[in-house]
Order: sequence, then structure tokens, then C-alpha cells
Amino acid sequence: MDSALIPKGVTRCSPGRFFLWTLPWLGLLAWGLVSAFLCLYKGLNQTNMTNYFAFALWIVFDLGVIALGAGAFFTGFLTYIIGKKELKDIINSAVIIGFICYSGAVAMLGIDIGQPLRGWFIFWHANVHSMLTEVSFCITTYLGVLLIEYIPIILENRKIEEIRELRLFGNNLHEIMAVFAATGTFLSFFHQGSLGGMYGVMYARPFAARGGFYIWPWTFFLFILSAIAAGPSFTILCTKLAEKITRKRLVPDKAFQTLAKISGSLLAVYIVLKIIDTIAWAYGIVPKAGLTFMDFYKEGPYGVWLVVAEIGIFGILPAIILLIPKARQTEGWLIAGCLMNCTGIVLNRFVFVVVTLAIPVMPFDKFVSYLPTWQEWGISLAVIGYGFLLYSLSYRYLPVFPKEKELNAA
Amino acid sequence: MEETHGKGPRYGMTIDLDKCTGCGTCMIACAAENNVTVLPDESDKQRNIAWMLLYKITNGKPFPHTEVSYFPRPCMHCEHHTPCVSVCPATATRMDPNTGIVSQIYTRCIGCRYCMAACPYHARNFNWYDAYFPKGKGLDKYLSPEVSPRMRGVVEKCTFCHHRLMRAKEKAYAEGRRELEEGEYITACAEACPAQAITFGDLNNPNHKVSKLAKSPRAFRLLERLGTEPKVYYLSSKEWVRKLADNYRPEELQPVIKTKTG
Repeated sequence: MDSALIPKGVTRCSPGRFFLWTLPWLGLLAWGLVSAFLCLYKGLNQTNMTNYFAFALWIVFDLGVIALGAGAFFTGFLTYIIGKKELKDIINSAVIIGFICYSGAVAMLGIDIGQPLRGWFIFWHANVHSMLTEVSFCITTYLGVLLIEYIPIILENRKIEEIRELRLFGNNLHEIMAVFAATGTFLSFFHQGSLGGMYGVMYARPFAARGGFYIWPWTFFLFILSAIAAGPSFTILCTKLAEKITRKRLVPDKAFQTLAKISGSLLAVYIVLKIIDTIAWAYGIVPKAGLTFMDFYKEGPYGVWLVVAEIGIFGILPAIILLIPKARQTEGWLIAGCLMNCTGIVLNRFVFVVVTLAIPVMPFDKFVSYLPTWQEWGISLAVIGYGFLLYSLSYRYLPVFPKEKELNAA
Repeated sequence: MEETHGKGPRYGMTIDLDKCTGCGTCMIACAAENNVTVLPDESDKQRNIAWMLLYKITNGKPFPHTEVSYFPRPCMHCEHHTPCVSVCPATATRMDPNTGIVSQIYTRCIGCRYCMAACPYHARNFNWYDAYFPKGKGLDKYLSPEVSPRMRGVVEKCTFCHHRLMRAKEKAYAEGRRELEEGEYITACAEACPAQAITFGDLNNPNHKVSKLAKSPRAFRLLERLGTEPKVYYLSSKEWVRKLADNYRPEELQPVIKTKTG
């Protein structure tokens, strides 16, 4: 039925089977749309956010997917600027994942703000001192860059390519992709950093506050580093998942290995700096605020296990796994390493968003717990549904993997 | 972001915790004065709106040594690098360099709530619901035309009854004066407090009672070590009360300045 749209020389499942595959993701999307309607129509009282938890699940999800989506700009940077040619086999996948992550995050933010119709006020009445202003500017422009990077892939569709003008336009875009890769890298460095900066500058919240260099708190640099450490791992994970689901080899192992090695090396550097940062914070900002390290880890479920899990289990361990060539060459270990790396970074974002707000600063204030409502879960999971849908559609109709035909020739 | 430590007025407040009875009149007066909405379910204390909030604190000792005190908490109108002002992406909140009052521009607020996350005092409230003034209960009768009501999805906070300052200034202008007299502009909470625990005025004016009280050895500020420089000072001679106003590490738990009440 849709065979004319499927790239030449590759096989795809039947349209019926593909439709059945999309059903659960359409279900998640429908759940998200109902939730979004309720939140926009009735207001944010549909969530379990409170005056204590001004940020909650959505912001954790936002920060998480933005960090994981860093694979797009960083793989682009490695491919087009550094010249790692083997990554050309995975760059399309990285771009699509990045586009999904960023567009999903921006859509979620549109519902998260109390007055969505005033979102543009950030640009109109911009407060140049606010890290969030910087984040908004860079995320919006970078989403545009991602779209420009995604368009040539769409234009490679068999039917679209038959139109000469569009084919030429796509080819020309390919030629100048290094410019967009550089722009994306510049923008991404700033918004990944500013997302970390958002927390580091909250000097009246000693749990999140950090010292820094000039106007940038240390979290600015740590968020950049953690995002470029986790992003490639997430690209590997998603592509490996696509390989498992399609039961095909899609990307040569060399591309996975290059990304895994870089991911592991960056994670190792990040973890060393994160440990130094944690020690400096515990001996600097914490006592200055009249607190001890343990004062932050006695409320509700948020114990020292968070530090052990974030830095040890999901930080040091995956760094070791990804740095040992024999380990990362074994598929099981490679996937485990990447999964743990991504978990650690999402845990880091969770700690900065939720635990920062959960710990009372006033000594007589009380600890308040928070659990998301089904509407909050609906909107968050819709991003996953949307991601599966867009990735599946791209895989089915676009030549996402240039080596697919060659790798599955036999 | 403007910070001024200059010669102009710096409006501020002192709250004598040894006089406060915890009656809650300040909260009610504030809510009535400033068109503060109620929730359909006002028992939801994590989402209700209270510009002035009363905290009950105890010394944690068992009976008969238990002591109780009350901590009225308005916005602190932080003077130094106001945590909420610096983070707002849409410049919807600012500190007036001429008065030191931190205000919120409701029609510009996008409702991102970053300011709430940055404020350690929980002085900012979000409008989770549409404004609600149930007619059957007569709540619509006290609505003030001087204060704009807030829409759903924006953040609001104590403004030191800024409209009263405007009113006092207009009166002074009509009478040909440039300066306000002491007591000409005071907040609703300060006016309503039956124990006269709240004193309001210009912290920069040495003749104002509030500036003298703020320099009292009994004076301290909430979370002072964070460096936010609040313009709300508390007064108490009870050591345990003063200790509860800030965080202290175990080795720092030495007696605070001992002074006589009064």
C-alpha cells in the first residue's frame, strides 16, 4: 500500500503490522492530549504541584530529555566539526532523537507555564539576568536548527526526492550542514549550561546553590558536561532499540564504539568534577548557610542513597564499563553502561529539581511530599509516545540509516 | 535589576514576636485589603494564597516546659540581589529602587514559577485556580478597587500594601508636600495588629520608630546568613525563637545575645 514511499533496497513490515505497532504510542499520545486539554482548560490545579513544589515531574522530564537529546548536537559536532566520519552512519538517528526530545520539551513547557499565551513575554520583556531567559532563547532557536537538520532527511524520501527543486534544496542543505552543526553546538552549550545555571544561581536555596566562575555557577559547566556525556549514550540506546525491534543491523559497530568511548570518557571527566563540586559544596556553601551535609539527606525518602546512586552506581560504574574496550564491545555491557549513564543524568536532574524544593530552608518549615497526578504522567508519557511515533515513521519512510542496505545484504 | 542602598526611603517592618499572640488578624487584614482570593477548598494549605502567613513554632520541650511562639511571615522584600527578581525571565517582578518594595506585575507574569523556587521563605503564591470570591458569603463586598485581582496562572505576593503608598503620596502631593510623615503610609497588617506587634516605616529614616527597632539588640532577620538582606526584622528576647530563625551547625549552637525584654 505504502511501498512507493519506502526507501529503495530495504524491507519494512506490512502497513497493517506497522499500524498495530503505532497503537500503544497513539494511546499514550491520546492520554497526553486529554491531560493537556484539562490543564489548559481547567488550569494547573489538575496537577499535584503546590506552592512548595513549584517545579515537579514536568521539569524533571524536560531537563531529562534535553540532556538526553544532547546526542544530536554533540554527534553533529563530532561528525561535521571534528570529522569523525564513521558517525555519519548514526547522525540521522541522533538528529531525529534530538528533535523529538527538544520539541517534546518545548510542548511540555507550553503547558507547564500558568499563562501559555504569554510565553512570548520571555522574548519581549526579557530579563537578561535570568538563566531561564537564556534557556528559552537557546532552546527555541536550537529547535529551529534541529528542524533545519531534520528537513534534508525528510526530503530524501523516495517520493519527495522525485521533485527536482526539493531534491536540490535538500542536497544544498546537506552541503552547509557544518554551519548548522556549529550553530547547534554553540546554542546547546549555552542552554544546557543555563539549565544548570538556573539551579546554581538560586543562592537562597543552599542545596542547589553553587559558587562559580564570573556569572556562571559550577552547575553551568557540569550540566554541559553531563549532557554531552549522556546524550551519545542515549543515541546508542535508541538506535540499539531500533535494531532489536526491527531485528536488523542498522549502524556499523564502529559508530557505536566511537560514541560509547567518547561518552565514557566524558562521563569519567564529569564524575571527577562532580565529586570535586560536591566536596567543595559540602565544605563551602553548606556550612556557610549554617547547615551540615547530612541536613539535606534526612527528609522523607531523600537519603544519602541519592548521592551513592547518582555518583557511584550510575556515574562511576558506567564510566568504567564504557571506558574498557572489551566491555563496551560486548553488546550487553554496552547497553548496560549506556542505560546506567542515562539513568544517572536523569537522577541528577531529578535531584536538582525535586529535592531542592523538597528540603525546607526555614528551620521551622515542614517537609512536604509530592506525587504526580495522572494528568502529569499523561503529558510526560505523551512525549515518549510521540517519540516512538516520529522515530517509527522516520525509520519506515526515510533513509535514516545509510548503511542499512549494506549491513543486511545477506 | 536595581539595587539601591541610597538616601531614599527603604520601607520595612519589624514584628515583635514577644508581643504576637498568633491571633491571625494580620493575615485576615492582609487578605481583605489586597483582594486575596479563597480556594473552593480552603483546607488545601499547600495551594491557598496567603501573603502574610502565620507559622506556629515551639521550643520542642515537653510539658510543662513547652513554649510556643508565632512567626508572621510577609514577603521579606530582600534588598540584596533579590532572589526572585534576578531569576524572573519576563521581568515580571522588580524591586522599586525608590522604595525598596518588591512588586509583581501580574499581567506580565507568565506563571513559570521560577521565582517561587528561588524564594526560601515561601512568600510567593501561585494562582492554581481562577479567582473566587463567593457572593453568598459576602466576600465580594470587601473587594478593593485599589488593588487589581489576579488571574489564574500567575504568581502573587505581599506588596507592602503598595496602593496605600500611592494613596499617601497623592494626599501629600495635594497638600504640597514631597515627604511622607511617619505613619502616613503603613501596611494593613501593621494597622490591624491588636497587640501592636508590627511596626512599619522607613528603615532609612533615623526618626522612624521602625529604624530604631531594627537596630535593637533583640532584632534579627529570617535566614539572615543566606545574605538576602530582608527588610522585615523580627524582635524577640527568647533565645530559642531567635535560633529558629536561621540554620546553625551543632558547633555554632552557642547562646545568642542575652538581652532584657522591652
